[in-house]
Amino acid sequence: MNGELAIDVAGLTKKFGSRTVVKDFNIQVPKGQVWGFLGPNGSGKTTTIRMLCGLLLPDGGQGKCLGYDIRTQAAQIKRNVGYMTQRFSFYEDLSIRENLDFVARVYDMKGRKQAVDEAIAQLGLTKRQDQLAGELSGGWKQRLALAACILHRPQLLLLDEPTAGVDPQARRDFWEEIHTLAGQGLTVLVSTHYMDEAERCDRIVYLAYGTVLARGTVDEVIDNSDLFTWIVTGEEVRGLAQELHGKPGIDQVSVFGVTLHISGTDQAALERAIAPYRNRPGLTWTKSKPSLEDVFIHLMGPFREQVTG
Amino acid sequence: MFGISFGRIAAVFVKELIQMRRDRLTFAMIIAIPIVQLVLFGYAINSDPKHLPTALNVQDNSVFARSLTAAMQNTGYFTITHIVKGEREGQDLLASGTVAFLLTVPPDFSRRLARGERPSLLMEADATDPAATANAMAAVSQLPATVFNNDLKGALTSLQATPPPFNVVVHRLYNPEGITSYNVVPGLIGVILTMTMVLITALAVTREVERGTMENLLAMPLQPFEVMVGKIAPYIVMGYIQVTVVLIAALLLFGVPMLGSWFDLSIALAIFIAANLSIGFTISTVAQNQLQAMQMTFFFFLPSILLSGFMFPFRGMPVWAQAIGEALPNTHFMRIVRGIMLKGAGLGELFGDIWPLLLFMLVVMGIALVRYRRTLD
Repeated sequence: MNGELAIDVAGLTKKFGSRTVVKDFNIQVPKGQVWGFLGPNGSGKTTTIRMLCGLLLPDGGQGKCLGYDIRTQAAQIKRNVGYMTQRFSFYEDLSIRENLDFVARVYDMKGRKQAVDEAIAQLGLTKRQDQLAGELSGGWKQRLALAACILHRPQLLLLDEPTAGVDPQARRDFWEEIHTLAGQGLTVLVSTHYMDEAERCDRIVYLAYGTVLARGTVDEVIDNSDLFTWIVTGEEVRGLAQELHGKPGIDQVSVFGVTLHISGTDQAALERAIAPYRNRPGLTWTKSKPSLEDVFIHLMGPFREQVTG
Repeated sequence: MFGISFGRIAAVFVKELIQMRRDRLTFAMIIAIPIVQLVLFGYAINSDPKHLPTALNVQDNSVFARSLTAAMQNTGYFTITHIVKGEREGQDLLASGTVAFLLTVPPDFSRRLARGERPSLLMEADATDPAATANAMAAVSQLPATVFNNDLKGALTSLQATPPPFNVVVHRLYNPEGITSYNVVPGLIGVILTMTMVLITALAVTREVERGTMENLLAMPLQPFEVMVGKIAPYIVMGYIQVTVVLIAALLLFGVPMLGSWFDLSIALAIFIAANLSIGFTISTVAQNQLQAMQMTFFFFLPSILLSGFMFPFRGMPVWAQAIGEALPNTHFMRIVRGIMLKGAGLGELFGDIWPLLLFMLVVMGIALVRYRRTLD
């Protein structure tokens, strides 16, 4: 299995009218890995995932998903891919069992009833199997959607912000499940906004405004950034944040309770900017690696004005 | 590509059935609409159509017969479209709805007229739609008093004046008492089916788009044909339920006769329902949301009710309106259902209205399949 690629695409481009949503996208995902897909809203994550599973036809580029051509073999890709949409897209007026049963029929599964029974048991919903999907809470809907996506035993799972609006416990359970599946050889591409989830991935790809800005392991992404960060701890960091904001050499200042992250790309300028404050009483200054979030905010910087302006 | 899978069609079919069952309000509407409409349209709107197609069966080729036909055309109500060679041929034209009247001039008409025996002419009228033929029949009964005044000269002058020199015997065929509801109630089957079937399929697919379930449906290995058949089939069942409601009301409340075969009627119904469902499916491939689907349905529904011969006699409409009417499935179905129920016609005689329905269905299904989105583009 080593070395085989589940996803291998190059130059993927998608335009909606005159707007280019995804530009020259390349990705090679080996089988059995979990890849995280990050980026601000509207960065083209969903569009890319849809192109990978044959829901959108790319305007440029080519590639393969599980060895099938994304342009010409969408039907085969659909049979072997589980795609979990951002918005719950199963039937709210069907019960849990009926939804799973529908999926099993659509994939022409042998031993349909048994497969559905097992999926329900695994979800722990045997007693509630006749409840309508629309009556489930967000976390349960998401678990149902995942169960429905993996029911036909796909080789590749594409998850579009699967944990949005789900509580931490449910998110943790969800990720356990993802890693268990990956351990069985399933390849997973998951888009998310959560940094802790990004850190659970084998590799991350950071996409902003249709372009890949960073990729690699979490450490690689952090090391490859040209960002320098100081962390300040103390009771009065909020006031300090106000003072430092916009000073030359300082690109980002963000408060995390009693901690302050100060980052900049020019180490010398950054140190000059913070020098007058270094000796304030009650503050502890530490030079540190930037966090993943610092890096992402920084990567987005040049684009932010472009969008809001 | 994979072949068509019965399992996948069944998946959609079962899902639609369950959703239909859960959606109580819609289900209630499906049953209530026919009843409400039956009560509403219990009485027809009368009109005064002219130039009705008429067949002549002249067995006595005399100056009188020629004057008579000319006078009939002059009333404006009749246009002689067929000269038939026998009673049988004329009856067939009436049964298929090609002509509205059949006038028979008996072989010894002029001889008996000259002798002053006051002979009779037979006027047979297709009275399935009484409003369409009533005025024409009134006009023809005025003819005897004046029509031959120019021809009755010399020795025959004595035959002028009253009482008229001959009689016109009028036979109202198929609906002898001219009961309007006989015409309206079978017609309602077409109107009700057009409205509910088109709307319901249009909504069924658009709803998937609006609720976001379409994305999932497209991401699964379902082919357009499978989705279409799976979605349409449950509504054919629903269409039959509706028709049953209307027919029971037609037979019990309005006493409409059923002269033809139930089997023929159910075959015609299947084609008509499928044609309407495919229209609905096509609408859903164009509409962005349920409101648009609803508006487009009414855009289709209004001509189906106004130009199909349901509301106004078809032959009373201008030619361009008739052309639009001919393109609507309801127009043909209206003739078929009236033909079967009121005239006892069979599918063979009604083939002229069956094939346009079939053609319509196939063309629209083709459009729907081509237009059905395979991707989210």
